[in-house]
Amino acid sequence: MPYLPTSLPFPSPSRDTSEFWQYCAERCLKFQACGECRIPRHPPAPICPHCQSKLISWIDAPSFGRIFSYTVVFSASHDAVINDLPYNVVLVEFDGMDDLRLVSNVVDAKPDELAIGREVVVVWEMGPNNQLLPRFKLRKTK
Amino acid sequence: MSSRTNTCIAGIGESRYTKWGGIADQSELSLACDAILAAASDAGIPPAAIDGFASFSEDRNEPALLMNALGIDELRFTGMVWGGGGGGSCGAVALAEAAIKSGQANHVIVFRSLCQGQSFRFGQFHPWTDHACFTAPFGMLAPPQMFAPLVRRHMHLYGTQPEHLGEVALSCRAYANRNPRAVMYDQALTMEDYLTSRIIADPLRLYDCCLESDGAAALLVTSMERARDLKCKPVEILAAQQGSRHLWGTGILGGHNMPSNTYASGNAADLSRDLYGRAGVGPENIDVVQLYDAFTGMVLFALEDFGFCKVGESGDYVAGGNLALSGATPCNTSGGILSEAYIHGLNLVVEGVRQMRGDSCSQVSDAKLTLISGGESVTPTSGLILGI
Ligand SMILES: [Zn+2]
Repeated sequence: MPYLPTSLPFPSPSRDTSEFWQYCAERCLKFQACGECRIPRHPPAPICPHCQSKLISWIDAPSFGRIFSYTVVFSASHDAVINDLPYNVVLVEFDGMDDLRLVSNVVDAKPDELAIGREVVVVWEMGPNNQLLPRFKLRKTK
Repeated sequence: MSSRTNTCIAGIGESRYTKWGGIADQSELSLACDAILAAASDAGIPPAAIDGFASFSEDRNEPALLMNALGIDELRFTGMVWGGGGGGSCGAVALAEAAIKSGQANHVIVFRSLCQGQSFRFGQFHPWTDHACFTAPFGMLAPPQMFAPLVRRHMHLYGTQPEHLGEVALSCRAYANRNPRAVMYDQALTMEDYLTSRIIADPLRLYDCCLESDGAAALLVTSMERARDLKCKPVEILAAQQGSRHLWGTGILGGHNMPSNTYASGNAADLSRDLYGRAGVGPENIDVVQLYDAFTGMVLFALEDFGFCKVGESGDYVAGGNLALSGATPCNTSGGILSEAYIHGLNLVVEGVRQMRGDSCSQVSDAKLTLISGGESVTPTSGLILGI
């Protein structure tokens, strides 16, 4: 069972953003980066905000990320999640990728296990439209 | 006040305000016309003399429908501020101001009409931006989930407490309890009520979240010169502008990829600098404020962005009683969108005009300058300084 129902909406990606989801379908978490200045960005965009280059490359996400902020949701804003409350929504950031964040969920965390700065690793779950989604679980530290 | 636009708000109009779904006996367009006709009448101009319309957030009641409904003589200007949320409320006034100042039009109506029972509820899923594919499948569906992480971050960085948020909710409610038009006029709110209310999206509780309402509001913008011949008491637009900070992009309505160092903010610090510069005043000169309060935390962010306190100190600032009539910045004196009605922030502009006219239910004595903010943490946000 995925963390949230596959009946949630999945608004159509645009021509500029769909390649991210194609990599996800292959269980690859990659971020778009400028083909010239190499600065990564998300969501994908047709042009680099730092040098205006249209050259695009894709780079692998680091092996783990950190919770930048989060919320625990107790009130449903869509019928699909009525039976899944409470659930969390987290913002995941990655070392070396300033200001790049992914909106996602931590699938194995109770609300009081969530904290800003906690390390998380990607897991793949089926989402709406048969699209594989990058979700996260807590990174076990020794 | 070094710089003046020579434009003013000469008329205000409002429909009745209800809970969402409360207005079922007339259309959103009909409601828009009620507010517009009231604003024209308040200014003392015939509806036929309206020659422009400005709105925001994809208002469905387009000028093509309004011009025939109102029987206007000639249409000269239309303008829509891009973006969702209430970011464009003051921006629509800025469009009207620009149209008047440039001579493109003479009497521009700024309006917003919302029947959430007839369209969609803002507290439910809506694909606001092209980036919704990066949020909706993860359950970030509507504004409470979109805004909560910013408040969490503010708490993490600055030690902001739930009681600080509660102070904003209580203050707005106390003003609403003095305003018979307010949807929450009859309902008191205590800190205990606040702290024991159900969590919507942690750390946001029920009373941190604004109302969902039906209603319409309108303003008539014209030149100071024309207003001299009208029956109204013109309220001058000292500065009106849209704004967004470096790389804010789709902000909270998108993938939350704003720069880390400005993330827990209202995205209005640069706008604030411009507004004060153009009006030739500073925060110390402002007598009363109307700060967009879709969530209590937005008021904290706006207090910081607009320089009423330092970044990170808004919690202590509101705990010090500064939002009350006796405080340094009486705030949202009609109850705000937390407790008067959610007319997407345009009702905050209407209340700002009332304060300048001396007509508020919670009048700040001798108020001469007011600052109003549009929806924070979105692109564009906007702001307005009015004076008398
Ligand atoms: Zn580049």
